[in-house]
Amino acid sequence: MSAAAVSTGPAPKLKTSAMIASFADPGQKTASAPFGHALVKAAQENDKIVGLTADLGKYTDMHIFAQAYPERFFQMGMAEQLLFGAAAGMAETGLIPFASTYSVFAARRAYDFLCLDSAEPNLNVNIVGGLPGLTTGYGPSHQATEDMAIFRGMPNLTIVDPCDSIDIEQAVPQLAASDGPTYLRLLRGNVPTVLDEYDYTFELGKAKVLRGGNDVVFISSGLMTMRALQAAKALAAHNVDVAVVHTPTIKPFDAATVLAEINTDRLAVTLENHSVIGGLFETVASAIVTAGLGKRVVPLALPDQFLDAGALPTLHDRYGLTVQKIVAKVLAELK
Amino acid sequence: MTVTHELHSHELPQKERMIQETAAERLERVGAAAYRIRHHALNMGEVQGQGYVGQALGAADMLATVYSDQLRFRAEDPEWEARDRFLLSTGHYAIGHYAALAEAGTIPVTELETYGSDDSRLPMSGMSTYTPGMEISGGSLGHGLPIAVGMALGLRYQGSSARIYNFLSDGELDEGSTWEAAMGAHHHQLGNLTAMVDINALQADGKTDNVLRTEPVTEKWEAFGWYTQRIDGNNIAALLAAFDNAAAQAAAVGRPSVILCDTKVGRGVPLLEEREKAHFMRIEEHEWKTCREQLTAGYEGKDAL
Ligand SMILES: Cc1ncc(C[n+]2csc(CCOP(=O)(O)OP(=O)(O)O)c2C)c(N)n1
Ligand SMILES: [Mg+2]
Repeated sequence: MSAAAVSTGPAPKLKTSAMIASFADPGQKTASAPFGHALVKAAQENDKIVGLTADLGKYTDMHIFAQAYPERFFQMGMAEQLLFGAAAGMAETGLIPFASTYSVFAARRAYDFLCLDSAEPNLNVNIVGGLPGLTTGYGPSHQATEDMAIFRGMPNLTIVDPCDSIDIEQAVPQLAASDGPTYLRLLRGNVPTVLDEYDYTFELGKAKVLRGGNDVVFISSGLMTMRALQAAKALAAHNVDVAVVHTPTIKPFDAATVLAEINTDRLAVTLENHSVIGGLFETVASAIVTAGLGKRVVPLALPDQFLDAGALPTLHDRYGLTVQKIVAKVLAELK
Repeated sequence: MTVTHELHSHELPQKERMIQETAAERLERVGAAAYRIRHHALNMGEVQGQGYVGQALGAADMLATVYSDQLRFRAEDPEWEARDRFLLSTGHYAIGHYAALAEAGTIPVTELETYGSDDSRLPMSGMSTYTPGMEISGGSLGHGLPIAVGMALGLRYQGSSARIYNFLSDGELDEGSTWEAAMGAHHHQLGNLTAMVDINALQADGKTDNVLRTEPVTEKWEAFGWYTQRIDGNNIAALLAAFDNAAAQAAAVGRPSVILCDTKVGRGVPLLEEREKAHFMRIEEHEWKTCREQLTAGYEGKDAL
């Protein structure tokens, strides 16, 4: 083959599946690296806070902390077992580590090191997991579709699934202040700012009713609360009145608030950026059964399968996480 | 060389193929393959406007050596039982691997432009379930060598003489699993296993030396009992010699071998070679043409435009 033949340049642009895809809508209000800035702020007030990463500082907004506090930042290399073993060791000496990697590597590769080194001794080790659920098009190696299912079984661990930059900013100091290990489902880069439009503050362990509604109640966490709020607005145009309850703390779960909202004759729907197995839906379902309620709940979640690679908007549509898909599902249920 | 001859020759053990050509012809053949692989990678990167182009350019000579000279395979039958196995552990290097598979004839060159796009067989991170010729799904780094150990054990147990090549990045030397496998391969005397490490001195957060120092790399592999060679991974003559050495000592029961390849990110395209090294290298829309021209000019021995 001649040089000319291989140099003829490519065909038109097709959709991309970037690693760091943003899920912010075009023109949406966002905050840059809210986790990194919140950690810096918390560290100004508490000199025990340290930051660690496993070769993903730039990709988990930990680089903001590293720049502000180079002597309190520890680059552990791409070695996740070392990352979390060492975080436990640092906590044993009285420090408060925030250790970041992608959710898949924290949940899958380092589980044993988190479970026995941090959770069993109930150390204040804070796991910061990037790309939770379906937030990358890279396929199963990077899609943490079952991270909450894995982590919910770990005793002592607090699990936080924030919706937006407000949640993250307010959660970080509370995670540092709380005893025991925590897992934060990180949203990084330009993160949507959504909850400032509501009378809302993040309180660790608490669910909050963001809006009332007579026909349907959404129970949601993570970025799906943003979609739930958008879907509620869209459903209003169909004369469907939707309440939204945000449950950013998945464990321990605020069953009291959620059950009070569920125990009505409204259609109940859970919305989560996670597998239908072992996440918010099953958390709500077990609370309902434990309380002896016979309430039906419609799960809006990722299917129990390995998901495709591709562009994130394509995949959110394919697996039902878009506002349009939520609206269609609710209307079908109400028929 | 005709296509049929080329396809046929990849089924022969490497030693038998060598006598059909002179050393100079061989160098030229592998160099031309590397050149085409680089063009493929640039074209894929341009379609996406991004991608791990710097890595693919750096590793093109390693991939060309394996696919055009060392590996025993049937391009049209990637499941051929007697094939040597090439395991891409470093999933994000799939762009380079796809280019090599196109060069080998396993996937059509025209398909490369679907790289990373919806419903493509060529996802950004390599997966065996998507792509013919892709043996494993390697995006979670540090899986390749453990799987390679199992393949080597499994093939040997079943009487196969196939070789197993595992491509890994220098970042993957950070992972404990890589060293567990290194011990396992030596313990089980997996003489048909060859690891090839792309030492481009780069990882996600910056230079390998600043992220997690892996040096002295040679001494580490030697201490693990491997037959260890360290070479300039952008020098095809050195690559051929090292792979020939590894082939000469390959045996069902024997020392595993590792070829440590020092490479340059963006190799072959001066514009990218000189750019600040980054895991995600930025290439502006207007620069792709320059990249291709520089690559061609360099290969043809002319000054870049
Ligand atoms: C187990 C695991 N941890 C972290 C990552 C995220 N990650 C992707 S590439 C990369 C850098 C690894 O180093 P290397 O492969 O040498 O990078 P390159 O030379 O391509 O820059 C990291 C940390 C990953 N894919 N797998
Ligand atoms: Mg590298």
